[in-house]
Amino acid sequence: MSSYDAAAARGPDSAAAADNYLTHGRGLLSWALTLDHKRIGVMYMTGIIIFFLIGGLFALLVRTSLLIPQKNVPGGTPFIFSHDNYNLFFTLHGAIMVFIVIIPGIPAAMGNFVLPLMLGAKDVAFPRLNLTSWYLWLSGAALALLSIIMGGFDTGWTFYVPYSTDTTFAGVIPVLSGVFLLGFSSIFTGLNFIVTIHKLRPPEMGWFRMPLMLWATYATAVIQVLATPVLGITLLLLIVERAAGIGVFNPALGGDPVLYQHFFWFYSHPAVYIMILPAMGVMSELLSVFSRKHIFGYSFIAFSSVAIAIFGFLVWGHHMFVSGQSNLISTVFSFLTFSVAVPSAIKMFNWLATLYGGSISFRAPMIYALSFMWIFGIGGLTGLFLGTLAVDVHLHDTYFVVAHFHFVMAGTIFVFFGAVHYWWPKITGRMYNETLGNWGALLSVIGFNITFLAQFPLGTHGMPRRYYNYEEHYWIYHVVSTCGAYLAGIGFVLTVICLVQSLFRGRKAPANPWGGNTMEWYCPSPPPHHNFDHPPPVTDPYDFSGWKYDEKAGGYVRRSPAEIPAPASKGH
Amino acid sequence: MADIAATGGHAAAHELGHPSHVQHHFDTSAQQFEASKLGMWLFLGTEVLFFSGLFCAYTVYRFNHPEIFAYAHKSLSVFWGALNTIILIASSFTMALGVWCAQKSNRPGLVICLILTLAGAAGFMVIKAIEYNEKFQHGKLWGRLYQPAQHDDHAADDHAADAGAADAHAAASGAAHGSDARPTDPAHGAAAPAAGHGPSAAFQPERTSLAEPNQLPRGGVKLSTLTAGGHDKGHGGPKPADVHNEHIFYGIYFCLTGLHGLHVLAGMVVLSCVLVGAVQGRYHAGYYTPVDLGGLYWHLVDLIWIFLFPLLYLIH
Amino acid sequence: MMSALLARGDFWMPMQGAEGAWVVDWLFYFIFWVSLVFFIIIAGGMFWFMWRYRRRHEEHGPESNVSHNTALELTWTIIPTILLIPMFWWGFTGFMDARVAPNNAYDINVIAQKWSWRFVYPNNYDDNNLHVPAGVPIRLVMRSEDVIHSCYIPDFRVKRDVVPGRYSTLWFTAKGAQGRTTEHHLFCAEYCGTSHSDMKAKVIVHPSREDFDAWLANADPLKQLTPEQYEAYVKDPEGFIEELRKTDPDLAARLVTPVEHGRRLYEKKGCAQCHTITKDAPSRNGPTWWNVYGHKVLLRDGSSIADENYLRESIVNPGAKIVAGYDNIMGPQRVNDREIDALIAFIKTLRDDYQKP
Repeated sequence: MSSYDAAAARGPDSAAAADNYLTHGRGLLSWALTLDHKRIGVMYMTGIIIFFLIGGLFALLVRTSLLIPQKNVPGGTPFIFSHDNYNLFFTLHGAIMVFIVIIPGIPAAMGNFVLPLMLGAKDVAFPRLNLTSWYLWLSGAALALLSIIMGGFDTGWTFYVPYSTDTTFAGVIPVLSGVFLLGFSSIFTGLNFIVTIHKLRPPEMGWFRMPLMLWATYATAVIQVLATPVLGITLLLLIVERAAGIGVFNPALGGDPVLYQHFFWFYSHPAVYIMILPAMGVMSELLSVFSRKHIFGYSFIAFSSVAIAIFGFLVWGHHMFVSGQSNLISTVFSFLTFSVAVPSAIKMFNWLATLYGGSISFRAPMIYALSFMWIFGIGGLTGLFLGTLAVDVHLHDTYFVVAHFHFVMAGTIFVFFGAVHYWWPKITGRMYNETLGNWGALLSVIGFNITFLAQFPLGTHGMPRRYYNYEEHYWIYHVVSTCGAYLAGIGFVLTVICLVQSLFRGRKAPANPWGGNTMEWYCPSPPPHHNFDHPPPVTDPYDFSGWKYDEKAGGYVRRSPAEIPAPASKGH
Repeated sequence: MADIAATGGHAAAHELGHPSHVQHHFDTSAQQFEASKLGMWLFLGTEVLFFSGLFCAYTVYRFNHPEIFAYAHKSLSVFWGALNTIILIASSFTMALGVWCAQKSNRPGLVICLILTLAGAAGFMVIKAIEYNEKFQHGKLWGRLYQPAQHDDHAADDHAADAGAADAHAAASGAAHGSDARPTDPAHGAAAPAAGHGPSAAFQPERTSLAEPNQLPRGGVKLSTLTAGGHDKGHGGPKPADVHNEHIFYGIYFCLTGLHGLHVLAGMVVLSCVLVGAVQGRYHAGYYTPVDLGGLYWHLVDLIWIFLFPLLYLIH
Repeated sequence: MMSALLARGDFWMPMQGAEGAWVVDWLFYFIFWVSLVFFIIIAGGMFWFMWRYRRRHEEHGPESNVSHNTALELTWTIIPTILLIPMFWWGFTGFMDARVAPNNAYDINVIAQKWSWRFVYPNNYDDNNLHVPAGVPIRLVMRSEDVIHSCYIPDFRVKRDVVPGRYSTLWFTAKGAQGRTTEHHLFCAEYCGTSHSDMKAKVIVHPSREDFDAWLANADPLKQLTPEQYEAYVKDPEGFIEELRKTDPDLAARLVTPVEHGRRLYEKKGCAQCHTITKDAPSRNGPTWWNVYGHKVLLRDGSSIADENYLRESIVNPGAKIVAGYDNIMGPQRVNDREIDALIAFIKTLRDDYQKP
């Protein structure tokens, strides 16, 4: 214990002077061949933010094009895009955001960086496999981008047959191969995390002394390992179907296109939980640290993560209520879909109770976390409309669905940025500009809300998704939505500027700027190559009483044992 | 998976008291072995799930179109399939023997066992190649390329000449004609939804299964992609009149055996790497993780074939 | 138009154009209000706590360190669970009612293809807009020519995917209005490529069954011609349509010449997949149509002159006479007599020595 107190007390200067993971080996090659989970995490984070900006740019182009209704009427001219380019770009936006950005977002970038640190471990169980995952991600992402040059693809991110086997766009096979590689990147990351949590956990850290971030990561990893292989085989079959015409999915050859949808959603619905669960894990950390209060209902949150992971496998059919599956199957899926709502509600209320009686600090990560409560509240509750059979028939494939899943998935994006800000001092050793960070967060959240709140009435009035032209009575909503998108765009650009600026101008970060008690805050910022010389003590990750604010260090330092108050009473 | 089967290449990183094969982030050899083993089991789990997609497709089509499977599987040679099964089981046995040798630090024994296992794998692939070659020669291929050679279907010729049955199996009218072969008039339209069969009347109005046999469009084999003249007789062997789209069987056959073949090749690469290590004498009673994990992988490849053989070759 | 359409609905829902629409709307509002209450609890609680418990200085500690309360947690597990049950149940019953069509429903066949809808009525008339009588249960029996489409009528709250290779059905009873027709949008809701957003139609609700029947009887533009006009049309379709454009442009716009009709069928029915129609086009799986009419055709067994009867037989029973060098790969085509006439008229124009009559 004493060595950690000493390390923390040494303050940022001595820590920075020492060898850290960023200075441990220089040159491009030392990054390209690194086995260090922290460097791999940083590479993921950089790559994911870059792709997020690309995907966001495509979204802005698509939204701009939607400013004008009835672009095809006689005398009308294409605005921004032709039909085909519009289809290409909304497809690219979806595919990039889902497969390249959100799915690996928190687990691969943040998880890689903090998971071993939170366990007090030196690395993940299989560092070389970890590097392989990164290169799989990189090649998958590169293939997806290259596919634009190789002919593009206009199938929508869902690749429904027989459209995807018939379309004349030539980039379908490259992008499918790209997503296939991304899938394997995801599988290997999940496998690595499961083994790491099982085998590299310190013996004193029982399952219920793990930070909730680890529970969420673990649940996510289980879904990644169980669901993604099915996506792999589905994409492989689709590639073979398109290239060689095997006739399993293509109705022109006697195949069944609805079978494809079952296969696809068997992965892609659990994938929604691959996206949201890690965000929920980060949420539990952020809310608790920035309220300086023990997380409320640890075991309910932990078990609800597992419950979501399990139920997530049983609800894929709710994407197909109008697609021709039998009414019995639809009914069963509708019923099971409601069962997922319960653990999500539990989490929301537990987070709310965590805020109660806390000491709430509005730093940028907390602004993102509170925004997630708002955004996921809307995203989750609008899911009820879609799980209800009769209402879903009306809302399916309209802008209501678009708005709903953006509220869910972009919730993850906001928590991702919250996590980036939260661990940024640990990752880079620099503090970002608080004002800029807060403005970036607020603008993007407000812009996002304007964008997608306007799309709910659009959807209930029957505007189908993926439409290039639309009837004039939908016009005003599109204008509002597009304005919101620009505002959100400005917010995200500000955020990225804030982060980049901190690398050059930011003050040196203390070991523990926020007062968190998970293990990563016990090592200097940035951490040394081997993380810890000796594993830190295993304590309750949500007991913050051992830390006090130190003006000089600009962060939190351990109290001496005498200063630590008696443990607060648990429960009422 | 080089990582899981990690060898001691991490000399620079290991700390005092670490044996050379233990990576720096593991405390003990046992911890590393357990982690590797858990990782391998998880990986094998994902492999099984990967194949399960295909098994699922197999099940759906076999359930909905048993006649296709009953008819088309006859063209597979039970002899070659059984021989391959025996070869793979034998190679699994030599592999298990190899692991035992490694545990006993018996280096020559391990090398011999690995060579025998690799020989079995190679033999399997050769037989698979013979089978594939035969299928290619007779045009018994998947979907678009399905085109059995003429000499097997005299019986079919007569059948095809009968214009009344033309739409039933003169398959080649192309994708566009496929749609015309379907009923379009209201009477047929009304009949189709009644084919649904739910558990009660309330669940009734539409189809319940994933693929309804009598609703599949017929034909749709694009011959123009194959031969200039497009000489096609539609099917191979004396075929029952109710069998359509038997190319789906071959599509599934080639996907399953092809993917399995790729796994056999991957297994051969893995075992070759293990063999190199064994020749260099890296494995002993204290450290044989790569042998053990390579063996697990090989057993999985074997196990999948043991499922494939009856599912594809022994249909009744 | 915008205000007109919105005025007939409310903020959330468009007008209720079908008799079952209220069920969806009622359920929508039920979930809406329940969700709103929950959202106000969560968001309101959040904002209240944010203000009440804001950190005032860095040393400011929490007022409470309560870490769990099982009774409370069970409460917010059980109450949402209970509220979800009626949502599921009413969703299920509403869905089943909307799926099971009554036995006496009026069937209209729907053919979806990139990027248009064709509605085929029992008398075999087809139209690109959907005409229905008010108050009569209508069942759409739908199929697709190419990829997956989805038939969506927002005002009726109905939607169903149209999947190639199978029929799917959808039913509704339109409300309509007294004494006048009403119009509603019909969209394709399943992404189907380039002009997905232009694949739409109008649903035109006739006030009564009689009105609808009268419309249907006269829907075929040819049936609206007087016998004299019809005779003139048959003699010189192009000239007749040109003349008619001056007096009745609407009707003229709906009339096409048989040749044009045949050309459309050639594309629409997929003939183009195997048969070419130009002089030098490379051969496909079927014999070319160029220079076939009036010429001698070499068959597998003998030969034949390609006159109208030959062409007709080759369409309805392609296996009867196989052209030498080709295989019997074409199935019998389901086309009606007028379509056959149109196809023959079109084929007649495909030759060197064709002269406009």
